[in-house]
Amino acid sequence: MLTVLLAIGILVLLSLIFGAILGYANVRFHVEGDPIVDQIDALLPQTQCGQCGHPGCRPYAEAIANGEAINHCPPGGQATIQALADLLDVEAIPLDGDHGTETAKRVAVIREDECIGCTKCIQACPVDAILGAAKQMHTVIADECTGCDLCVEPCPVDCIDMVEVGVTAKTWSWDKPQGIAATSLNIIATDRQTEVAH
Amino acid sequence: MQAAKIFSFHGGIHPAENKAQSLQLPLGRPSLPSELILPLGQHIGQSSRPLVKVGDKVLKGETIAINNGFLSSFLHAPTSGTITAIEERLIAHPSGLSDLCIIISPDGHDTWTTLEPLHHWQDISKTDVLAYLSEMGIIGMGGAGFPTQVKLQGAYKNPLTHFIINAAECEPYITADDMLIREKTLELVLGIEILQHLVQADHVVIGIEDNKPTAIAALQAVLGKRNSKIQIAVVPTKYPSGGEKQLIQLLTGKEVPSGQYPADIGILCQNVGTCVAVHDAITFGKPLISRFTTLTGDALKAPQNVEVLLGTPVAHLLDYAESEPKKLNRLIMGGPMMGYTLNSAAVPIVKTSNCILAASKKELPPPAPEQACIRCGMCEQACPASLLPQQLLWFSKSQEFEKAEHHNLFDCIECGACSYVCPSSIPLVQYYRHTKSSIREAREATVKSDLAKQRFEARKARQDAEAAEKEAKRLARQKATPSKAAEEKKAAPANAAAPLAAAPATTDESKKLKVDIAIGKSKLKKLQKQLLEAQENEHVEEISNLQLQVTEQEKAVALLEEQLAKTVEAAPIAAEANATKPAPAPVNDELKKAKVDVALIGVKLKKLQKQLADTPDDQELKDKITTFEADLKTAQDTVSKLSDSTQTTMSASTTEPKTAISDELKKLKIDAAIAKAAVKKVEKALKKAEEIQAPEINAIRQQLKEAQQRADELENALANPATTTTKTETIAEVAPNSVDADAAKKRKIDLAIAKAGVKKAEKNIQLLKEQGKDESEIEASEWPKKLIEAQEKLAALEAEESTPVTTSVATHVEGTTEAIAKSQAKAEPEMDLANQIKKEKIAVALAKAQINKLNKRLESAPEDADSINQEITSTEQRLQSAEALLEKLIHSQTNLQENR
Ligand code: SF4
Ligand code: SF4
Ligand code: SF4
Ligand code: SF4
Repeated sequence: MLTVLLAIGILVLLSLIFGAILGYANVRFHVEGDPIVDQIDALLPQTQCGQCGHPGCRPYAEAIANGEAINHCPPGGQATIQALADLLDVEAIPLDGDHGTETAKRVAVIREDECIGCTKCIQACPVDAILGAAKQMHTVIADECTGCDLCVEPCPVDCIDMVEVGVTAKTWSWDKPQGIAATSLNIIATDRQTEVAH
Repeated sequence: MQAAKIFSFHGGIHPAENKAQSLQLPLGRPSLPSELILPLGQHIGQSSRPLVKVGDKVLKGETIAINNGFLSSFLHAPTSGTITAIEERLIAHPSGLSDLCIIISPDGHDTWTTLEPLHHWQDISKTDVLAYLSEMGIIGMGGAGFPTQVKLQGAYKNPLTHFIINAAECEPYITADDMLIREKTLELVLGIEILQHLVQADHVVIGIEDNKPTAIAALQAVLGKRNSKIQIAVVPTKYPSGGEKQLIQLLTGKEVPSGQYPADIGILCQNVGTCVAVHDAITFGKPLISRFTTLTGDALKAPQNVEVLLGTPVAHLLDYAESEPKKLNRLIMGGPMMGYTLNSAAVPIVKTSNCILAASKKELPPPAPEQACIRCGMCEQACPASLLPQQLLWFSKSQEFEKAEHHNLFDCIECGACSYVCPSSIPLVQYYRHTKSSIREAREATVKSDLAKQRFEARKARQDAEAAEKEAKRLARQKATPSKAAEEKKAAPANAAAPLAAAPATTDESKKLKVDIAIGKSKLKKLQKQLLEAQENEHVEEISNLQLQVTEQEKAVALLEEQLAKTVEAAPIAAEANATKPAPAPVNDELKKAKVDVALIGVKLKKLQKQLADTPDDQELKDKITTFEADLKTAQDTVSKLSDSTQTTMSASTTEPKTAISDELKKLKIDAAIAKAAVKKVEKALKKAEEIQAPEINAIRQQLKEAQQRADELENALANPATTTTKTETIAEVAPNSVDADAAKKRKIDLAIAKAGVKKAEKNIQLLKEQGKDESEIEASEWPKKLIEAQEKLAALEAEESTPVTTSVATHVEGTTEAIAKSQAKAEPEMDLANQIKKEKIAVALAKAQINKLNKRLESAPEDADSINQEITSTEQRLQSAEALLEKLIHSQTNLQENR
């Protein structure tokens, strides 16, 4: 009887000690966790175009954290959806066409001699990438432009073009090889056609 | 000279050497081509900046482009001639893309510019020598094209144990370095000595493969003669012993840690070509304008090494080496292992081009089709970087970039040894290249998106701060009103004493009115947006409510605009008549106090409502709210009563209407604003109540209606006294020009709005179409109707726009001629004219934009081409007339100026 009580006593004591240590460690080594919204926001393209129906990428990140579908961001396209799916451990779904389609990267270019200097585009630009003053010619800082399209609509003389950013020798990247061609599967005539993982 | 100890590296392969072909003929010197193409980006880093213009004459060795930042280089004219163009040309790049190039057409004289050798390189500071090397355009000639001065600077970080000269030249077919060592042995050794002076390494070793006995013998002879300390390390032939890290391992036994540079472990590597270039630059002052290149391959009848001017097109060299177009199957820049296919022979030789391989089909057959990896591990055996190629392949295929990086993908030197040995003929290197560029792209995208985020957040913070500031100012103003009233009381007699002071007051007022208009418009816009949203979301209740508000707001804005026009006209008269009139101050005071009461009660009410929103069941709160609401009502009643009485006093005092009017206007406006604020408050309460489903929704709605009515009344009142002012309007036509301009502006604004309407309608229709709705549904959706309406409106407005302008312009033109005749008051019509011209220019731009738009529409909707075409022609006519007018205007302007 005594041994049983002793055992229980020791166990209780031990659990108290470990509990105390764990509790202390929890406070002492508390890591300011990266909230999920920040992580989602980091994956979004930050074009700030509002095509997802939210006024910017962060609000959409918050909406995703609250359960909105992950396929509403056309600038991010399938790559972003994939990344979000990986992060949130959900299935990657195709882009929702209602919000727009994925396009090549573009920047806005103002046809400067047609600009009447109304400053409307400046007010529309979410990242302050347009330079100008009232009644003066305006211009876009191409490096800062996210290609969000938001300045095109307000321009009263329609002098803003969205121009695709061409590939230069410096930004060019190698193509992915074709992969295993279907024809090369039957090297031996009796080979069965099998699914090959890519 | 002493023999050095040789170590070994992991992996490596022994492909067929094929070096003999190009060594049979002596070094060739091709003739001058008809043009030299010099890409501005021949090195790693920023492209150079051109120093010359098209048409400039340059001499051989003259600087034609300078460095553009730290990691960049200079560029020199390889021969004398004329710059014929600076344009995009195809360059030697695996992408087959173009880049900016300077084109020189040689004059055939090959005249050197004055050369300034650096004779005292031993005495001057090393930094100066490095700067000199950079100005001579010297970059690493082994392949990567890293600017030499930058590499040397990097070597100063740590004391150097080894300075290694890379003469291994391990890639099959290439013999350019071999030939260079044979031809320029002394220059090479002198160059090495200069570099050794600059870096002061403990050991200087030339690493050379044992398949170059002639070169080794030549080197040994020179070194022996000079009694040099430079060692020769003859390494066994194995691909890729010429890789920088592999050669270091061979000669020192040390491995360069992943992600580090040789300089980090005290080792510097330089290519033989670079050493010779350094010697030529310092002793002769010759910049880097030519190089040794191997021309080889079965498709050439005379394969050989050539000393070729930079910028020479490959096609010229192929001709020189007697290529057989029939045999030529693949043209490769570089060797068969690490080179890349050229799509065009028009590309030029650059500083890093060591070989042109014109291969026949038999020589380099197309790669066998890719098979699945059988995990044989041969690639791992061959990899000189001790990587796990099959793992990397797996991660590359499945786009697992993080894991690929974790497996040191970036240590892969893309030597191709793994692809060479793979029995499944998997193009492994291509996969790695693709993955590397994808990772790089992703990194760049992250940098960009971070920047965008920062800027977006900065902008938001700024906007919030502005809004907060405005709010604070508003509050301060609200608080200040009582004291202001007192001040005004004091000011009133003073006002009477100084009648002239009234004129600025009126302009002040018109300014305020303008601000009001702007505010009213922005509100209107917001409401419209809300309405649109509500329509989209089918909130029926909200829609009717919002529509009501929108129409009201529209009315209010229109009223305000009218008023503005009137006050502007009335201003001078008011100033004139001002002298006789003291303000009806006492009533005003009371009115103001009452208003403050209203505001205070309103604020309290708001607070309570907020509380109520938090605790919807609190009966006490509800009671309080009702009492407050009653209070508010009485207070508002007094306000309206008082303002009524002010109005009557004002209309009674007919002898002194002018200042009274402006004063009254001000007051009325304040009233209207307060009433509107009340409406807003009640609306907010309503919304909240709806949210929490409170039972007193109906009561609040009732309240809202009342408040709106009150606001309406006030606005009407606001309009009425204004009409009394209009009577004075006809007395004098004041500043017709400004009125004209105002009207034009208004018209333009209308026009823009109408355009926006058209656009919106079009967009909606497009959306419906995209959503796959059929025609009938679209017909039913009222958007087409709206579109037509909007278009009609737009057309009408545009017609208006052009006609009044033309007539007024016509009169103005007449006026100007008259003015000339009288030769008096010249400045004003001229200014007028300038304004008109500007306006007309804008009209032209608008018309052009419209035509553009129409054309675009035509493309997207060819089925209604007829109507669009009609529109286009009419717009074009308009455009033409506008342009004609513009011309006339400009003409008359120049006339005017000439006549003066
Ligand atoms: S659609 Fe994408 S890029 Fe645009 S605001 Fe939304 S999350 Fe940002
Ligand atoms: S909106 Fe158009 S016209 Fe106005 S400033 Fe921008 S580019 Fe110029
Ligand atoms: S290409 Fe890369 S992975 Fe393949 S053998 Fe060469 S270093 Fe190794
Ligand atoms: S050599 Fe080719 S087949 Fe063999 S393990 Fe490597 S990738 Fe797979």
